[in-house]
Amino acid sequence: MPLGTLQFTIDGITVQTQEGQSLIAACDAAGLYIPRLCYHPDLRPAGNCRVCTCRIDGHQAAACVTPVRDGMVVENDTPQLNADRLALIEMMFVEGNHPCPYCVASGDCELQALGYRLGMTAPVYPFFWPRHEIDASHPDIFLDRERCIACSRCIEASRMPDGKSVFSYEGRGIAMHLHVDGWGGLGATQMAAIDKAAHVCPVACIVIRRDGYRIPNGQRRFDKTPIGTDIEARRKAPPS
Amino acid sequence: MNDKDNGNRDSGTRRIVIDPVTRVEGHGKVTLRLDDAGNIAQARFHVVEFRGFERFIQGRMYWEVPVIVQRLCGICPVSHHLGAGKAMDAIAGVDRLTPTAEKMRRLMHYGQVLQSSAVNFFHLASPDLLLGFEAPVETRTIIGVMERYPEVGKWAIMIRKFGQMVIAATGGRRIHPRLCVPGGVNQNLSVEYRDNLRRDVEPVLAWCCQALELHRAFIDAHPELHAEFARIESHYMSLVAADGGLDLYDGRLRAMDAKGGMIFDGIPADRYADHLGEEVRPWSYMKFPYIRALGPEQGWYRVGPLAQLNCCAFIGTPLAEQARRDFMAQGGVRNGGGPIHATLAYHWARLVCMIHCAETIRILLHDDDLQGSDLVVTGEKRLRGISVLEAPRGTLFHHYEIDEQDRIVRANLIVATTHNNEAINRSIRQVAERDLAGRDISEGLLNHLEVAIRAYDPCLSCATHALGQMKLVVTLEDSDGTPILSKARG
Repeated sequence: MPLGTLQFTIDGITVQTQEGQSLIAACDAAGLYIPRLCYHPDLRPAGNCRVCTCRIDGHQAAACVTPVRDGMVVENDTPQLNADRLALIEMMFVEGNHPCPYCVASGDCELQALGYRLGMTAPVYPFFWPRHEIDASHPDIFLDRERCIACSRCIEASRMPDGKSVFSYEGRGIAMHLHVDGWGGLGATQMAAIDKAAHVCPVACIVIRRDGYRIPNGQRRFDKTPIGTDIEARRKAPPS
Repeated sequence: MNDKDNGNRDSGTRRIVIDPVTRVEGHGKVTLRLDDAGNIAQARFHVVEFRGFERFIQGRMYWEVPVIVQRLCGICPVSHHLGAGKAMDAIAGVDRLTPTAEKMRRLMHYGQVLQSSAVNFFHLASPDLLLGFEAPVETRTIIGVMERYPEVGKWAIMIRKFGQMVIAATGGRRIHPRLCVPGGVNQNLSVEYRDNLRRDVEPVLAWCCQALELHRAFIDAHPELHAEFARIESHYMSLVAADGGLDLYDGRLRAMDAKGGMIFDGIPADRYADHLGEEVRPWSYMKFPYIRALGPEQGWYRVGPLAQLNCCAFIGTPLAEQARRDFMAQGGVRNGGGPIHATLAYHWARLVCMIHCAETIRILLHDDDLQGSDLVVTGEKRLRGISVLEAPRGTLFHHYEIDEQDRIVRANLIVATTHNNEAINRSIRQVAERDLAGRDISEGLLNHLEVAIRAYDPCLSCATHALGQMKLVVTLEDSDGTPILSKARG
């Protein structure tokens, strides 16, 4: 085994990876899908949503912020872990307002797609029905905080690739919400439609104006194959 | 046309309540108030649902609206999708779509009118027409129809299925499709879909014609019933094309009086409010539109297939035009050449429109513009968008206003059932006055009232916009409101 290479098992499958990789990145490269929401491969992991939680050497930990160790034993696709993930997804659905039937992101939404993949069929918890005004002050982007799941992807993207710090959180606990750095809303910030932060939202909180519904039904990201299929295809593809 | 039904509850009256009315889309109830002599003192068609789409789209971005408002209804979502889509074109500053976009929307619309009209005629109305108003309630259903007329069952299923295939081909799915974006559409018609639909349209057209023939047999067998049941003389309003021909998707408004004289003509959608007012009455969530020039008392009118045939000068497809001539000829005999007022003629007119839809779809399927790739036009944004089209149940208005940040600040929807509100009230009164005998609430009477309502194909969730149990309860009360007789079914 080359120097710097580590080996671990996940659901009984042996995976080799390089030192310094996170568990979720190593599994992505190996074609093994770990469900996730806040994790984005181009951004620094935050461990916010806990959907990627796996059982690692007998303890539960978020795969996005756990570095791979040599010889670690990981459980990922188990009934209990998937039930826990489903509960997390259900809670996210009721904490915000997610009207999938008419949402501009339907078919392209990672929260909705994960709900389908994990078998969510009906709401279990009572709805919170939060009230948030749309921030339509920006000419090219609108902000619909009713959809926000507090993943922090936009915060991270705005700080690092964009170098702008447009977004942050304000408030604590259940009252925490997405804040923009500008009196008068998003239109008063340096945000631009080409920014990375405008394109990493997993739901429909940050939306490019007037682009909605341009892609027909049946032709969106998750219309034909479940979320994670692209990652799993890497494992199934024949060696080149 | 004095309205006798607006008074408050009088002493010395009794009430009969049908709640809810069955085999219509949505939930309403009928109240008949009797005086001490047992005569009808008042007849009201209450719509007891409320959804309030006009309020809760406020604050949403305007391009979301065509997808949101079609959730009003599972029977005619396409009409609301297209109606809102047309209004958003106006807001986007687009007055003329590309040929591909215009024809894609037309194709979807004619598929929608065809499938929705098939639901009304075959599933909701045909049990009354083919089995008889007095047939046992257990068998007076589409299943009962299919047992006696197996071919009707096939037509019911196949015609509706075809209309839904047209919708899916244009909008991605059969119910709640997505096609419209401001200024155009998001896809063209694939060659695969086109070829499949071309193959299926011929038998669908033939079945529509056969259904009309079967219905004509009912009319020939019951000429007096057909002519007089729930009959009221009214004004009529519908869209017509620039040449006066029938057009269900676009055109100008025309209103005719009960004698066939023109009340207004050539009115564009954005001037509808100059000519139509809306009255609110405290006992119904559904408003009462009227022609302003005639006032609330005299200005009520009817829309829908009957109005479409009464208002248009011709139909531009041959089989439907021949059927229209036959239809108007019969009316001419009874009305001295004027409009046809028989309420049951709604069904006849609906079948003529279904033939027109099938013929129009056939024409469109041979138009290469549907495979074009120029889908969207852009324009200068406006703060107001108003549209009109002829939905399966009649004239449908969508009116929106936005703020500078593209958010909806005001919306007004006038659906076909709302236009027909006063007419439905008057038809049930006519039936009640003719058929109610004292305190006897017969099954026949209940169904006669419902037959009158079903002729209008009302869509109550569209008109006010909810859900509930489809159960019929009839209560007879004395003048103090104490129940003295109650019957339930369902």
